[in-house]
Amino acid sequence: MTETPSTYIYVTFIRSTPEKVWAALTSPEIMKQYWFDMHQESDWTPGSPWRLLFSDGRVADTGEILEADPPRRLVFRWRNEFRPELKAEGPARCTYEIEPVEGAVKLTITHAMDRPNTKFIEAVSGGWPLVLSNLKSLLETGQIVIKTHPGKGS
Amino acid sequence: MNDDAVFRALADASRRQLLDRLHRRNGQTLNELCQGLDMSRQAVTKHLAILEDANLVATRRRGREKLHFINPVPINAIAERWIGKFERPRLDALAKLKKKLEGEEP
Repeated sequence: MTETPSTYIYVTFIRSTPEKVWAALTSPEIMKQYWFDMHQESDWTPGSPWRLLFSDGRVADTGEILEADPPRRLVFRWRNEFRPELKAEGPARCTYEIEPVEGAVKLTITHAMDRPNTKFIEAVSGGWPLVLSNLKSLLETGQIVIKTHPGKGS
Repeated sequence: MNDDAVFRALADASRRQLLDRLHRRNGQTLNELCQGLDMSRQAVTKHLAILEDANLVATRRRGREKLHFINPVPINAIAERWIGKFERPRLDALAKLKKKLEGEEP
């Protein structure tokens, strides 16, 4: 049996348009509303740097854009910067795929590392469902559900 | 995506068993998922299709193989529907206490 890389795939269906979903995934102002006050910074063009920042401005993660095809597909490298044991594992690859499906949008997020059993992919696997539920609620109703990351207390 | 499909998919013990197996090791092929199960290949295929329709399983092609991944997003949505942000830390604490008392590592 071949060793499976560490991969998590998150799929959510959002009643929205690809353009709105793309804007929500790339605009720091919208992101802050559903990402527990964190936000990403990039100009979202291939080769450009990418960063995920805490609300106080500290850098959580860094990377760079590998592919960008708005509003359909975005691929970027994602490396943890604030937990040494995760940083040591090197960069993961994150892919957003946005497809229109029967009046809604299917958003698929693939977070993968080329090695099996990585702590990093384990760590992000708890966060994505919360972020995506919030994103879905925000786009569909204008409000989010979870204001504080449960793992970080409230 | 409707909640009925998610609940119907989760209402079957065989399908929960398949989700448990994917939770232990994500990204398995149909052959891997069939190993050691008391279910025919056809039955596993049918259960996986129901799980995929409910968006509880996502699939990816790798060459000729189809890999199956557990998708926790709909389960999280169900939890959020009834478990607000205030209750969650308390429920987490209770779940940890239960695990500890029952002798599992938290």
